[in-house]
Amino acid sequence: MNPSVAWRYGRPALVLLLAGLAVGVPLWLVAVTSAKPQAEAIRPNLDLPRHWQPADNYADAVSQGEMLRGFFNSLLVVLPSVVLVLLLGAGAAWVFARRKSKLVSAAYALCISGLLLPPAVITIVMELRQLGLSNTRPGMIAVYTGMYLSTSIFFMTGFIRAIPLELEEAARMDGARPSRIFWRIVLPLLRPVIATATIMVMLYAWSDVFYAFFVLGGGERATLPLNLYQVASAQLYLDNWHLVFAYVVVMSLPMVAVFLVGQRKIVSGITSGAVK
Amino acid sequence: MTHTAVRAEPRSAAGPPRKVGRLPRAAVHHPWWFALPAIVVFAGFFLVPNLLNFYYPFTDWSSYHADIAFTGLDNFRTIADDGSLLRAIRTTLLYALLAALFQNGFGLGLALLLEADSRFNRFFRAVFFLPVLISALATGYVFQALLNQDGAVNSVLGTDVPWLGSTTWTLIVVTLIHGWKWMGLSMLIYLAGLKGIPGDMLEAARMDGAGPWRTFWSVRWPMLAPAVTFNVTTALIGSMNTFDIVQATTGGGPAASTEVFNIYMFRIFGQGLYAQASAMSLVLFLVVVAVAIPLVVGLRRREQLL
Repeated sequence: MNPSVAWRYGRPALVLLLAGLAVGVPLWLVAVTSAKPQAEAIRPNLDLPRHWQPADNYADAVSQGEMLRGFFNSLLVVLPSVVLVLLLGAGAAWVFARRKSKLVSAAYALCISGLLLPPAVITIVMELRQLGLSNTRPGMIAVYTGMYLSTSIFFMTGFIRAIPLELEEAARMDGARPSRIFWRIVLPLLRPVIATATIMVMLYAWSDVFYAFFVLGGGERATLPLNLYQVASAQLYLDNWHLVFAYVVVMSLPMVAVFLVGQRKIVSGITSGAVK
Repeated sequence: MTHTAVRAEPRSAAGPPRKVGRLPRAAVHHPWWFALPAIVVFAGFFLVPNLLNFYYPFTDWSSYHADIAFTGLDNFRTIADDGSLLRAIRTTLLYALLAALFQNGFGLGLALLLEADSRFNRFFRAVFFLPVLISALATGYVFQALLNQDGAVNSVLGTDVPWLGSTTWTLIVVTLIHGWKWMGLSMLIYLAGLKGIPGDMLEAARMDGAGPWRTFWSVRWPMLAPAVTFNVTTALIGSMNTFDIVQATTGGGPAASTEVFNIYMFRIFGQGLYAQASAMSLVLFLVVVAVAIPLVVGLRRREQLL
């Protein structure tokens, strides 16, 4: 057979096979296990449940995993972090993109060092204790904001540099002050980067468990991933895969929903920002 | 007509530098205070902890006593003598290398497979992006259920393989999971890179009689250089900071064979040995710097050469 014909029919078949094996099987396992009674879920397998009880499992996951509390705790740290990363990042990026001096370049270089350097998580704990911010939401928000600012500054600076200065100059002729130009011209133009930065920061902060461990711990203010970790760690005594996976489904749905809503913007934003 | 210019012209230096006259007014039009909040938060909660991280490893800070005294290199001697230092460095570097390899390999493969802009392809791009949306901790639990000795994979295959119980192979299994989780992101970036290749360049290569392989290696692969730079750097650096997937699948075991830096820090911090955890965190910082700087410089230079 002609190789290009083989490619025409072989490629979709290969895509279907790969999608089924690599994505379909894990998702299927999550879906069926989350509907099984505990006895069937102890040894996880791909069989359909003999006894269906998804409602019970999800209700248990909500009550035993403190899911509602975790959900609001997550929202209360993730949303402020995202807003701060975007707003502060945009302000800094504007200055870094438009002003040219040794000092500005140095400040820019310092501010994007977080793209590569790892956060010093142990001494963050020390510092937050001294500031009275350990185990608090403001502490967690400050840590997330500090961690992701570099990324947003980097992408936004590149983006603003590509915006013609004439747009700002025209507004200035009309007597607009810098803060008005920032709100009315720069921020709206940044919309594509903002969409991407929002989803990426949200994704990272929503799934983060490592930094949340150190800053928030497992108590009152535990976020969804921290609760999931606790449910799964109880595994040692209980073997409750059915609850773990019910939890996984509920925790993942908001991110999948955000992605479906903003899919086109997210994809174009990720791809245009990265390869320049 | 000749079509030999397959490679891109090197970019010439952009426009004449004539902005100097504007400098004094810049301060009025783009005042510093717009950058100040970001600088304060970043310095306060990212740079300061990293600076403190150059002091606390040399103390006896722990949960066992209230005061903190300077103890020199004691912590480093401890982690070097019990073998955890070298093991963490080796495990983390190996993890990062394999994870970056798998993530980029899968990502590039998917991008080439789903390159054409059809409805079918757009749907399956979204399907392969799904793992990116699932938290890494959840991903770890899913694969633990799949790969446990009495898990789903063994039950389907009728085998009894300890996928997560081998001191040699489990690290590779865990890095494969890491590659699976992030392949969708690499795929998108490679897709953007492929889209950015000018159509007439591919046309020219075809007119010269280049087959798909030759076109890939002589035209597309060199033109993908910026995407490769971005993907390899983020994958390597990101996976040196890995925690969730390892914690959820193996917890660092078996016999500490998958204990990367962050797992060690988490465990030792939990024992109250804060300064010792901080020492390991400083080593991670130095390792990342030692890998990142030559990597970024080297990949940038490669972009220029290609």
